[in-house]
Amino acid sequence: MTDTPAPRHIPDRLDKPLSSAIFSWEALLVVIAVAIFAVNSFASPYFLDPWSLSDLTFNFTEKGLIALAMALLIISGEIDLSVAAIVALASTMMGMAVQAGAGTPLLVLIGIAVGLACGAFNGLLVTRLGLPSIVVTIGTMSLFRGIAFIILGDQAYKGYPERFAFFGQGYVWWVFSFELALFLVAALIYWFVLHRTSFGRRVFAIGNNPVACQFSGVRVDRIKFILFCLTGLMSGIASVLITSRLGSTRPSIAQGYELEAITMVVLGGVSILGGAGSILGVVLAAFIMGLVTFGLGLLNVPGIVMSIFIGLLLIIVIALPIVWRRLREGRFA
Amino acid sequence: MKNFLKYREIWLLTGIVVLIGLISTRFPGFADPANLRQVFNDTSILMILALGQMVVILTRSIDLSMASNLCFTGMVVAMLNAAHPAIPIPVLIVIALLVGLVLGVINGFLVWRLNIPSIVVTLGTLTIYRGATFVVSGGAWVNADQMSPDFINFQRAAFLGLPVLSWISILVIALFFLVMTRTQIGRSIYAIGVNPTASVYAGIDVGRTKFIVFCISGMIGGLAGYLWISRYVIASVEVANGYELNIIAACVIGGISIAGGIGSVGGAVLGALFLGIISNALPVINISPFWQMAISGSAIILAVVLNARGERRQGRIILRKAEAA
Repeated sequence: MTDTPAPRHIPDRLDKPLSSAIFSWEALLVVIAVAIFAVNSFASPYFLDPWSLSDLTFNFTEKGLIALAMALLIISGEIDLSVAAIVALASTMMGMAVQAGAGTPLLVLIGIAVGLACGAFNGLLVTRLGLPSIVVTIGTMSLFRGIAFIILGDQAYKGYPERFAFFGQGYVWWVFSFELALFLVAALIYWFVLHRTSFGRRVFAIGNNPVACQFSGVRVDRIKFILFCLTGLMSGIASVLITSRLGSTRPSIAQGYELEAITMVVLGGVSILGGAGSILGVVLAAFIMGLVTFGLGLLNVPGIVMSIFIGLLLIIVIALPIVWRRLREGRFA
Repeated sequence: MKNFLKYREIWLLTGIVVLIGLISTRFPGFADPANLRQVFNDTSILMILALGQMVVILTRSIDLSMASNLCFTGMVVAMLNAAHPAIPIPVLIVIALLVGLVLGVINGFLVWRLNIPSIVVTLGTLTIYRGATFVVSGGAWVNADQMSPDFINFQRAAFLGLPVLSWISILVIALFFLVMTRTQIGRSIYAIGVNPTASVYAGIDVGRTKFIVFCISGMIGGLAGYLWISRYVIASVEVANGYELNIIAACVIGGISIAGGIGSVGGAVLGALFLGIISNALPVINISPFWQMAISGSAIILAVVLNARGERRQGRIILRKAEAA
């Protein structure tokens, strides 16, 4: 009998030294979040109130929900600029349904279904026709919001049922809003899907090398299509929340959300070129953006000036590690 | 003849003529030369901006901050004019170009020296520049009655039958045409978009060229800032909000590939004209202006589909040629 060689143990992942966890992107984000939190608490006496902190979460939960799906999409090497327009179209459709006398469950269903359909439309254009997603979604962005404008013009839909208000204004327990709870649950699900399933590994693989994936038997187009559908779905859910919170629909609803959602994703350490990123980073980035806008709001800083801080934060956080690395290597020109 | 039909610009021009023809059936006065001159003048600013965006897109980059640059520079120029009405307009235009250049240099520096993807850089500066407009103006507007008559009337003055604004855009188009087809930098911009790696081996400094295209788009944004404010005679933080996507839309309709390397000055101009004609035509043929957004969205999607087909064919031909060689 010949000795069969003992099966060699191949580790699932390499052991990471503690230092890599300390110097990781997420750690940097935690430090920034804590710093902003501390500054805010000193700057305003109203900040450290449970209800203030609860209000704070409304600043990012809706965009954060979209950012979760957008993160997967960007990791796979695509992008969706039409998310805010999907929110507007879904909200308009819900408004139409209200005029026709629809009840709360049907409204939610319509909002989510419209989002999903819009996402599928983007996905079909990108995967079936092989078009670059950035231009396709610039087009659908005008198209979706354009339809909302055609339907609504300068009018607004009001008169949403009272029960419908729960999604955007209700609280699950004490100061924890339904929106926050939904965001956290969704973040958990997305974390699990991206970091713990083969689907998630494929998303990373596609972002790194779509051609190699295709040859390895990964159905690249199908996964990308699913990701576009997911992004549409999350936009539909966000639309339900926003419409419920505002209690009315105008065609200009959620204007500019697409850029804020993408800022969250990029700030969260997702590479805009695809192939790298984590859900934890995106969640932290969402909190940071909420903290910055809310803290500045307490100090009576106008919204437009806050956007300077968000923009600066985005560029500085991306540039810092690059500058730091170059300084250490002593080759900063 | 076959060669002739290969040019995207010909198809686009045909499309525009058909469009004008269709509009004329509903509103006979539309194809009138006087009206077409008016449409050209109305579209001048978008054409200029589309050219600035084109050089950036050709190098596989994107400048999302152009509309914010326009807003900021326009505000600076308007405030200068309100405070010192004696400053002559040509000096103000130079100041607008310089302010725009500074904003472009910031974008270009971050892209060149720090290697941050341009979409991230300009996403950041998009909000920063617009926020900066609020900071310099304190949130106040500059109204028509605060601007000097020269400031407002300069671009409206007629010269050889056309307003000065039209002449400025013609000048810019000619300048871009010369630079893109007759100079080394123009060839470098195309080369980088087609193949950045090969460009490095060919001795082109890719980073520096990208820096230059952002300087160009910045200066264009600045120039458009003055033209926009003096045309619509109001300077506020909301000026041209979201317009960056219209600029990109004009480029896409004009056949400029977002993947870089493909596109022409004629295409960008015609793409902008296409959008300009639609926005001018809707009111006169009694379609609610609320339709405009959906129509231009559909036009963009249609243009991308058609462009993608053209590009794919071109790619195959090049490969076949290479195989035969």
